[in-house]
Amino acid sequence: MPMVNIAGKEVEVDEEGYLVDLSQWNEDIAKYMAQEEKVDLTESHWEVVNFLREYYAEYQIAPAVRVLTKAIGKKLGPEKGNNKYLYELFPYGPAKQACKIAGLPKPTGCI
Amino acid sequence: MSDMDEMDDGSGVVKKFMFLNRKAPHGTVYALEGLEVVLITAAFDQDVSMVFTDDGVYQLMKGVDTKGIEVKDFSKTYRALEGYDIEKLYVDQVSLDARGLTEDDLIVDVTVLSVDEMANLMAEQDVVISF
Repeated sequence: MPMVNIAGKEVEVDEEGYLVDLSQWNEDIAKYMAQEEKVDLTESHWEVVNFLREYYAEYQIAPAVRVLTKAIGKKLGPEKGNNKYLYELFPYGPAKQACKIAGLPKPTGCI
Repeated sequence: MSDMDEMDDGSGVVKKFMFLNRKAPHGTVYALEGLEVVLITAAFDQDVSMVFTDDGVYQLMKGVDTKGIEVKDFSKTYRALEGYDIEKLYVDQVSLDARGLTEDDLIVDVTVLSVDEMANLMAEQDVVISF
């Protein structure tokens, strides 16, 4: 699988650019992935990225977008737990893009 | 309504799907692959139930540590099922008893069924998929 150099560290990614070993994740990697996805990371983006990392730590999977939206609504309020808000932050799919930035695998059920 | 009307274009048809889990969590790919199929099926808004029987009950064991066998511990993922609106989890009483387990040993809330109750539940299904 391809290796990329991120802030002086060699990391392995899969053919779609997702981090292979999530224990290697750090903020530099998040910033690199965001750049690849053409996403400008703001505090609102970080909120979702950090939420995903917590979700993964708890359940060992990356959630499907429908499940992510519902879970965000529960934790951060309905003004954030909706498709419009999340797609504005991550136009090419909140689950897909935010997971990549968070260093998680591609969501299960992401068809 | 005639049979043709009921068939229409297939959208909005809800079938009863049962996923039957009979194997221990590690050593084969069945448990993990079965779980992934269930998570994907959840996107289609069907009536899904999961059954754990025979060594399949071990999939729901609490306090698992897989470090020694160097595989991912996906037991926590069963807790995510609720968020996917999969809330019908059934466990076979006889399989629990045979392994000295009780509901308290399991990582999620389940309904424990007798052999007869399980047979009735299976008979109600449109589709039963066994892993």
